Amino acid sequence: MLVISWWLHLKMLAVSAFEGVFQVIWPLFFATTAFLVYRQADDPQVMVYAGLGAAVMGIWSVIATTASGVLQRERWLGTLELLVASPTRFALILVPITTAMATLGLYSLGSTLLWGWLLFDISVPVADPFLFVVSVVASILSIALIGFLLSVSVVRYRTAWALGNLLEYPGWLLCGFLVPLTLFPTWAAWISYVLPPTWGMEAIRLSASGDSPWAQVLVCLGLGIVYGAVGALLSETVLRSARRHATLSLT
Amino acid sequence: MSVIEARDLRRSYRTRTGLWKREKKVVEAVRGVSFAVEQGELFGLLGPNAAGKTTTIKMLITLLLPTSGSASVLGHDVVDDAREVRRHIGYVFGGDRGLYERLNALDNLRYFAELYGVPAREQKQRIGALLELVGLTGREKERTEGFSRGMRQRLHIARGLLHDPEVLFLDEPTIGIDPVGARELRATIGTLKGQGKTILLTTHYMFEADELCDRIAVIRAGELVAEGTPATLKQRVTGGHVMEVETFGMPESAVAAVRSLAGVSTAAVEERGQAQVLLVQVGPGAEVTSAVLGCLGGVNVGRVSSREPTLEDAYVELVSGQ
Ligand SMILES: Nc1ncnc2c1ncn2[C@@H]1O[C@H](COP(=O)(O)OP(=O)(O)OP(=O)(O)O)[C@@H](O)[C@H]1O
Ligand SMILES: [Mg+2]
Repeated sequence: MLVISWWLHLKMLAVSAFEGVFQVIWPLFFATTAFLVYRQADDPQVMVYAGLGAAVMGIWSVIATTASGVLQRERWLGTLELLVASPTRFALILVPITTAMATLGLYSLGSTLLWGWLLFDISVPVADPFLFVVSVVASILSIALIGFLLSVSVVRYRTAWALGNLLEYPGWLLCGFLVPLTLFPTWAAWISYVLPPTWGMEAIRLSASGDSPWAQVLVCLGLGIVYGAVGALLSETVLRSARRHATLSLT
Repeated sequence: MSVIEARDLRRSYRTRTGLWKREKKVVEAVRGVSFAVEQGELFGLLGPNAAGKTTTIKMLITLLLPTSGSASVLGHDVVDDAREVRRHIGYVFGGDRGLYERLNALDNLRYFAELYGVPAREQKQRIGALLELVGLTGREKERTEGFSRGMRQRLHIARGLLHDPEVLFLDEPTIGIDPVGARELRATIGTLKGQGKTILLTTHYMFEADELCDRIAVIRAGELVAEGTPATLKQRVTGGHVMEVETFGMPESAVAAVRSLAGVSTAAVEERGQAQVLLVQVGPGAEVTSAVLGCLGGVNVGRVSSREPTLEDAYVELVSGQ
């Protein structure tokens, strides 16, 4: 059930991503801006910093926007009710949807890195490919779990989809994709410490430069699991509330 | 134990009107509905728009929590035991929503087969058989965004039958289907009933209800106003017959005069092309033909006929309320 559902949702997401140029071009557009700005520094180290940052930023954008949009779309299509009416647990229904989003995020990561390499000649030297992949996977997983939590809230609150779009930009800053966290006031740094992508980003940078990223990977995954667990717990409550307030369908 | 049991079901909706003032309004969609459907029975729920039919069904299929009252399906409570209920029921609604537009028909069915836990080995054969049943064989590789209304409706029906449910909820299943297709679908519903399935059906087509249903409940403004077999409903309303008079240019005063005649229960006018047809419901044993024609005086009169009351006559009288 998980594999087939994942594949079908990926099909849907992929089609919509290509149609709405949005999800694929958008991150590239911002990546380009970032590359152009950082090029002024004329320092290859800095370009690597920007290249990796832009890539993870792409994942964050793709997941934040699709996660909030995906169940809203189900509501519009009238399929949300059908999903709820099926005997499969709602949290389980969301797992393939979330992994499909994560896959799309991976695609965005690849395309941004490729873009940076082709157009700006940024080649990211990866000191330890294995650890690098581990860090990337941990980041994507944890971001996907945030996406899961987001999509759960959409079920009850019709306007929650706006939240995802709202989170997109602060996320860029707070997770240190492009600017070092040390530039922020302390309270902002605290927020960024509870966002798993911050740790994922750091793990990716550490592994690219050959340092050990394990601590960051663990924190990143741990936080992701917390978000996921909250989402799973919420899903039943939220569903009941949606049944009480009749927000499953618009009619 | 009945297969479907509704006990004093109530449901109200809170709606907001106005963007700024945010006035809250409570709509009481269903107000105390009770009924029971037995194993293998085909039960019809009839009523005008906004009567609360869909709301009642959504409570029974666990999509809405009742505001008060309770219901059970196959002995499982629809609130406390929702998952068990969901496992055994199928749900088909009318209209063109409820499909994944970007996927083809086959993938739509495959996804729901997965959600309902249809074993992978059986899926292919089962989906093939259902596509055949609803007449979509050969179109299954097309994306559903290009499907016509009737094709969508057919796909909905196939989806509802995927897991071979014991109890079926059909909310206006023939809406948008062409006459031949609708006839085929009615035959299919008959076959399902023959297999011992319990079915709850809503429809606005009275002949359909008359043809299919064992028992009918009429709901008006959230309350049941009548319940019984199609035959008893027809009798209960009018033991008599219906007289139809074709007229040309009939004044409203003449209709009022007909209404006040002894032996006439109601009279209504229906436009049919050039003619206005006067429909007179005549009480049991009354003979009013000459009196009715007398009221019409100088009006140009065409064909005059008399027929048995249909379910529609009964329905119109029940929901227009006297
Ligand atoms: N989600 C909702 N929010 C607010 N009001 C609703 C909602 N769903 C239904 N209603 C109201 O409840 C009442 C009953 O609606 P319902 O859909 O049950 O009618 P119905 O008998 O199925 O009508 P139809 O024959 O048109 O399908 C209507 O007044 C409708 O406006
Ligand atoms: Mg309805």
